[in-house]
Amino acid sequence: MTGWASRQRHLLDFALSSLNRRRAKNLGLLAVYTLVVFVLASVMLFSHAIRGEARLVLDGAPEMVIQKLVAGRHDLIPAGHLEAVRAIRGVRSAEGRLWGYLFDPTAAANYTLMVPREREVAPGTAVIGSGVAEARDAAIGDTLSFRAHDGELVQFTVAGTLDSDSALVSADLFLVSETDFRRLFGIPEGRFTDIAASVRNPREVRTVAEKVDAALPGTRIILRDEILRTYDSVFDWREGMLLVLLAGAVLSFAILAWDKASGLSAEERREIGVLKAVGWETSDVIRLKSMEGMVISLAAFMAGYLLAYLHVFHLGAPLFEPVLKGWSVLYPDFRLTPFVDELQVATLFFFTVFPYTVATVVPIWRAATVDPDMVMR
Amino acid sequence: MTAMITLADVKKAFNQGRHNEFWALKGIDLAIRANAVTVFRGPSGSGKTTLLTMVGALARPTSGRVRLEGRDISSMPERFLTEIRRSTFGFVFQNFNLIKGISVIENVMIPAYPLGRPHGRLKARALELLDQLEMADKAEARAEWLSGGEAQRAAIARAMINDPRVLIADEPTANLDSERSAQFLAIVERLKRDGRTLLMTSHDPMVAEAPVVDHVVGMRDGRVVETR
Repeated sequence: MTGWASRQRHLLDFALSSLNRRRAKNLGLLAVYTLVVFVLASVMLFSHAIRGEARLVLDGAPEMVIQKLVAGRHDLIPAGHLEAVRAIRGVRSAEGRLWGYLFDPTAAANYTLMVPREREVAPGTAVIGSGVAEARDAAIGDTLSFRAHDGELVQFTVAGTLDSDSALVSADLFLVSETDFRRLFGIPEGRFTDIAASVRNPREVRTVAEKVDAALPGTRIILRDEILRTYDSVFDWREGMLLVLLAGAVLSFAILAWDKASGLSAEERREIGVLKAVGWETSDVIRLKSMEGMVISLAAFMAGYLLAYLHVFHLGAPLFEPVLKGWSVLYPDFRLTPFVDELQVATLFFFTVFPYTVATVVPIWRAATVDPDMVMR
Repeated sequence: MTAMITLADVKKAFNQGRHNEFWALKGIDLAIRANAVTVFRGPSGSGKTTLLTMVGALARPTSGRVRLEGRDISSMPERFLTEIRRSTFGFVFQNFNLIKGISVIENVMIPAYPLGRPHGRLKARALELLDQLEMADKAEARAEWLSGGEAQRAAIARAMINDPRVLIADEPTANLDSERSAQFLAIVERLKRDGRTLLMTSHDPMVAEAPVVDHVVGMRDGRVVETR
């Protein structure tokens, strides 16, 4: 081991035994520090992951959705509009979609009923999401009954359950055939919930949207990018709101850290004097005290971050779920895809470890510049 | 024999320029020989300890010159003084100033930490010193568990860890009974035999009259009043 490395090792050994000497005080500080990092990291990890989840969901969403409006409210769109949309230059394809919500009094939950475009569902059967399966305790082969718009019972045999990358959208899904959908809600042939369209050149999506708007007055056009932006701003707002609430906790921690750091006890000052008298330089003392601070802050940062990771990705963030999630009656029980962003880690590190280290080093520097003859007086 | 440390008209003031200005040393001229035991004797407030801090590179004089082997150390920057202190002097403080909460052996090794010696060799050296001072069995004990005599021997081991040529002890027997004081003087004798220079302050006649002592410097009111 080189002289430099041995020296660092000695300093680290001494820093650890110094921390151990004031065990109760340092453990208390470590616990508070870990809690602060845990809370901040949980919020950041959760909102980041849920934004990623929303993006993942919307990747499969149509670029453009056209809805008919009557008196400012969403109405069924006639199939004739499909041809009008397809005729617009720049539109690659347009399809009518059938979807809606159904309240299930048995489970007191809303399901999202859909006629899927990608898969064929046989009449009389349904493919259900994990949330529905759980709410109704249903498995493949079971029968589920619902009351149609005219009061008659419509029965579905569960033909399969959905296994999606993201349970966020699929949890409350209930996929049925077109015949059953129309029967259940009383929607006549030639009418759809809305129209999903894709464009040839994604950069021209706004121009095409303007053309559709001009060709079909009385419709509303929703672009995928806009939804994405809305989600982003909703989560930004929620995250911001939570962080403002947490600012109090962070501030209290800052006060605690400052108090701990600036309130060097007489014993600690005497020790610094002894170290200087026996041949330590001011820089050695500062390095030692910085190491003590680093041990605390790195340990707290890692423990807090790890706990936040487990909290968010393994336990589903029970502490913040109601604030950051919570948009549906049937809470999707899902696990977020673990995702760690380096920039986010660096930001959190900068805002927790750096201020603490500075807060501890400044007063120690002042104490470390005391004259070494102090111990002789 | 040539002088190892010389002081020329050394003065030291505390709180200079303020209403409570106090001159602890008022012009000291002195030559301290190498490989000898010198004792500074005098009542409290006579300036003994202040003088030791000047000699031991713990503080700079307000005026005058302190030379260590011909080299002027009285106006050196703090970094150089630290280096000189570390390589030349070992200190045994009046209250021993061991750091509480850590083991005796850790206390002994502390002055060597900034030098970056390999841990194994450093620990072996610390154990050897403790063994020489009959303290090996206390190596892992905490500093605050030691008796006065044991704490002093631990402080001596700490002072010796960097193998200094000069050992400075401030009132070494102030907290010891006669038996322990005699034990301390025996250690001093051994260190002198090893070729070290020892500087001590003391009120204690037992120290000043000890046969091992070569020189006694009497002080009063910041001045040297007697040398023998």
